Amino acid sequence: MGLFASKLFSNLFGNKEMRILMVGLDGAGKTTVLYKLKLGEVITTIPTIGFNVETVQYKNISFTVWDVGGQDRIRSLWRHYYRNTEGVIFVVDSNDRSRITEAREVMQRMLNEDELRNAVWLVFANKQDLPEAMSAAEITEKLGLHSIRNRPWFIQATCATSGEGLYEGLEWLSNNLKNQS
Amino acid sequence: MSTHTYKKFENSEAGELPDKMTIYQDCMSEFNESPINAKRCRLLISRLLRLLAQGETFPENEATALFFSISKLFQHQNDSLRQAVYLAIKELSGISQDVLMATSSIMKDIQNGSDLVKPNAIRSLTAVLDESTAFSAERLLKSALVNKHPSISSAALCTSYNLLPIAEVTVKRFANETQEAVADLKSFPHRNLVGDYYPNSTFISQYHALGLLYQLKKNDKMALLKLIRQFSSNNALKNQLAKIELVKLVSELVTRDNQLFSDFQPLLMEWLSNKYESVQLETAKLVTNFAAHHSRLVSSELIASAITTLQSLLTVPRVSAKFAALRILNRISMVSPERIVVCNPELESLINDPNRNISTYAITTLLKTGTAKNIASLISTITKFIHDVSDDFKIIIIDAVRSLSLNFPNEWKTVLQFLIDVLKNGEGGFKFKNNVVEALIDLVTFIPQAKEMALENLCDFIEDCEFNEILVRILHLLGKEGPSTSNPSLYVRHIYNRVVLENSIIRSAAVIALSKFALTKNDPSLSDSIVSLLRRIANDPDDEVRDRATIALKFIESAKRDQDTESRKFILSTYSFDFASLESKLSSYISSNTDSFKTPFDVTSVRRLSDGDIKALDLKRKQGKFLKGTLEGSAESTPGIAEEEMLPERLDNSYVGPSVDEHELDMLSTKYAEELMAIDQVKDFGALVNSSKIVPLTEPEAEFVVRGVKHLFKDNVVFQFNITNTLTDTALEGVSVTCTPELEASSLQELFTISIDQLLPSAEAACYVAFKKTEEIVMESFLANLMFTTKEINPETNEPFAGDEGFQDEYDIDSISLNAGDYIKSSYVGDFATAFDGLPNEEVAVFNIKENISLQELVDRLVVNTSCLPLEDTQYAPSDSNSHTVKLFGKSALKGSKVALIIRLIKTSKGIAMKAQGRAEDAVLCSDLVNGLM
Repeated sequence: MGLFASKLFSNLFGNKEMRILMVGLDGAGKTTVLYKLKLGEVITTIPTIGFNVETVQYKNISFTVWDVGGQDRIRSLWRHYYRNTEGVIFVVDSNDRSRITEAREVMQRMLNEDELRNAVWLVFANKQDLPEAMSAAEITEKLGLHSIRNRPWFIQATCATSGEGLYEGLEWLSNNLKNQS
Repeated sequence: MSTHTYKKFENSEAGELPDKMTIYQDCMSEFNESPINAKRCRLLISRLLRLLAQGETFPENEATALFFSISKLFQHQNDSLRQAVYLAIKELSGISQDVLMATSSIMKDIQNGSDLVKPNAIRSLTAVLDESTAFSAERLLKSALVNKHPSISSAALCTSYNLLPIAEVTVKRFANETQEAVADLKSFPHRNLVGDYYPNSTFISQYHALGLLYQLKKNDKMALLKLIRQFSSNNALKNQLAKIELVKLVSELVTRDNQLFSDFQPLLMEWLSNKYESVQLETAKLVTNFAAHHSRLVSSELIASAITTLQSLLTVPRVSAKFAALRILNRISMVSPERIVVCNPELESLINDPNRNISTYAITTLLKTGTAKNIASLISTITKFIHDVSDDFKIIIIDAVRSLSLNFPNEWKTVLQFLIDVLKNGEGGFKFKNNVVEALIDLVTFIPQAKEMALENLCDFIEDCEFNEILVRILHLLGKEGPSTSNPSLYVRHIYNRVVLENSIIRSAAVIALSKFALTKNDPSLSDSIVSLLRRIANDPDDEVRDRATIALKFIESAKRDQDTESRKFILSTYSFDFASLESKLSSYISSNTDSFKTPFDVTSVRRLSDGDIKALDLKRKQGKFLKGTLEGSAESTPGIAEEEMLPERLDNSYVGPSVDEHELDMLSTKYAEELMAIDQVKDFGALVNSSKIVPLTEPEAEFVVRGVKHLFKDNVVFQFNITNTLTDTALEGVSVTCTPELEASSLQELFTISIDQLLPSAEAACYVAFKKTEEIVMESFLANLMFTTKEINPETNEPFAGDEGFQDEYDIDSISLNAGDYIKSSYVGDFATAFDGLPNEEVAVFNIKENISLQELVDRLVVNTSCLPLEDTQYAPSDSNSHTVKLFGKSALKGSKVALIIRLIKTSKGIAMKAQGRAEDAVLCSDLVNGLM
């Protein structure tokens, strides 16, 4: 009964929940993005063995963000967190030209996952502050984002350490969530 | 209401185990829900845990799915849900894959969680970390170790302890923090809130810290000594268990280095009057255990006060303390009963203790301390008592009486009377009756005077016995022992009665027993009667019985016709096979079948044991039984060492004296012999005649630990050197041992050496040196030298660096010598005095031993040196007397001729005077043995 009431209330006031899965290759900056969003500060991170999960409030939406480690042996375990995911944030290290093809392969495989067929797709072109960083357009091309047909997608240039672009990404997510429901 | 909730409702009412699949489905759907209902999830987890606790298990894929769904609950910040999640993670970690997925979340809780979940989080780390991920938790664990909250600190200590085998390198860096945690007295944070209850701290973290600290420093003797000094003073330890741990640490140290004991004496004395009973007990256990092996090093005051402590513990109201004290006393009673005679009044009052464990132990202890004088009265006490206790206790009591009968052979009448009484009148199951019969069989075999009376009573017993197995055993015994008694016909009647009255199993056993009477010397007229009885049985309805009767008749006929030794042997079997080796040979024959069993099984390869050998083995095993017990006691008291590590250590201990776990050694020598016989060059030497016990040739803590075994063949000798490389970063190649005779004119010619190609770190391998003997008995010493090339190991491949030529090196080890004892096997004889007098050649020698050793140590050494069997319980020198006589008996391994020794020892202020008197069938062996005793 209590639960029902609180749901009723939150719906009345337009409060919504969204389940986000944040993935990407190791060292792309996922954990830094998460805690920049959660705490507003940059923390020292160690490679994530497993996952971090935090709720981030943006406007009237509470995002439950699952930041899953990108190390090789953990990548195969991402699938356990696909279910009920409404949005995927794919974080790319814009400075790492050598592994952009690897990132593309990993992402394309995810796009074919049945459990994620309804998820909206946001790509963070992270580490834009670095001098050699590829631009968002370049990454769009290298990841083959244009071939995505069946779902909304968006690429956002970000810099997790300064926070640039992060909220723009959330903004896009919140808009698309509204569009879907 | 959906069917889903309806089902759950029904289950909670039923009160029995919830359905596995329902729980699984509910968990999967509930945990993946968003948002999470914490209360419902916690309830579901508790049901899941209940299932797992009941022994239910899930297939790997389901367990993994459960684990991942539970990991999703980390999104909810609810402490009590989180605690349940940790419990579930711990349970599932064994059956689920990829549990490392929870690592980051757990570490986050350790960092930022509340005090409530922190300990749970820390403890669950053990379940998810592996060697590669452990280092990432290092900083967290270190700060948790020194946390002021006792639960958090304890959790971190336990986790580190459990991580040791997984990630040794990481945990090794915790030494300083652990040290700090021992010293720090942590209490729960106290807040002055009304209604907030915090218990008083038990300082349990001290115990955990000490346990971990020991693991970190266990190889560093000096560090351990310092640790004991530091924590035994000033009441530094408040926790009871921590104090016990410290006692165990001392115990461990003195077992490793006996000489340390004297330094600890004042400390132990103090601990004996510690306010905790458990500390007193542990200390008393240490002191008495140590005294059993090295009585010379323990001051008599210390032993006395240990016994007094135990004595006073016998009167405390707490059953557990009473029981523990009694158990220690019981153990002492087996080695040196004279020490605990003072406790007899307390022990006697415990006979009627309502706790049967205690009363039984009290009785068995009293039986040990009993002297020839009070045995009769003790036994009458037991007779009253034994009918009230359960079978298990009866068996313990019977065992005690059984060993009593062997210790006081002259009291056999009382013992026999008692055994017969319980056998005939006592109620009881098979195990109990079997035990009594075994005790009687012991009497028959080891005490010749008791034989006829015991047999007659057994005959009475089988008239009315419901257990087939026991009947068969008794019939076998009658067949074996009956023919040599003064009136064999008596037994024939009893046995034949069985044939008439019993089932086929017993009938066939009776046939065999009967046939043995046909050739008895005591009553030749019996033979014809047996034959006619067997003829009658040959018409038995059961074919097994018929077959046995027919073949027995044939044997008897042919044995009578031409004194044919072959048939005689079949009837009066004089040997049996070594069952352990027969079993292993048979099973390897069956498993290695290549030609569908066309090659017959080679029975000659199995060791045959004559009656004497079997008795010797039996007696040895009985003597060894309790020593094994005490050894295990010392093993128990070493703090938290893994079983595998304990094993070699225990073997090391057992080399010292005859305190040998015989069975284990038997296995080892069989293994060595098999390895040896697999070498082609050695096969030509013929059958292995004898293998010596294992002799240590280096200190056990040397860089290369070498142990020698001497193998004797008819014309050859092979030395086996077992070498263990204890270095961690160096491999040895081309390892061999050179043996140089100490005397120039050697009667041994070296034939060949088999070296070890490569010996990696912490590996063990054997190399061999073979000689040819020119004389039958050669006694010589050899200077031995270990030769090898060292190569550094590449830590990545665990192989030596390619292209490393290494260094030639050599290492001196103790000399190895062949002495008379190597030519002797222990053997048993029932009547030592007669056997001794019957041997033709005598040799006497007198020795004066200046070394400061106790009588017991000397006796142990004599038993090992001569490889003879100590008889009439002379292997224990009384601790309260200065003289002792040892009686030893053995047989030549080459020829089987008998050897007997009487050695008298007198301890004086100058040393020990020893007079050895040896008699043997073989004069050379006799003089060699007697003169080479020391």
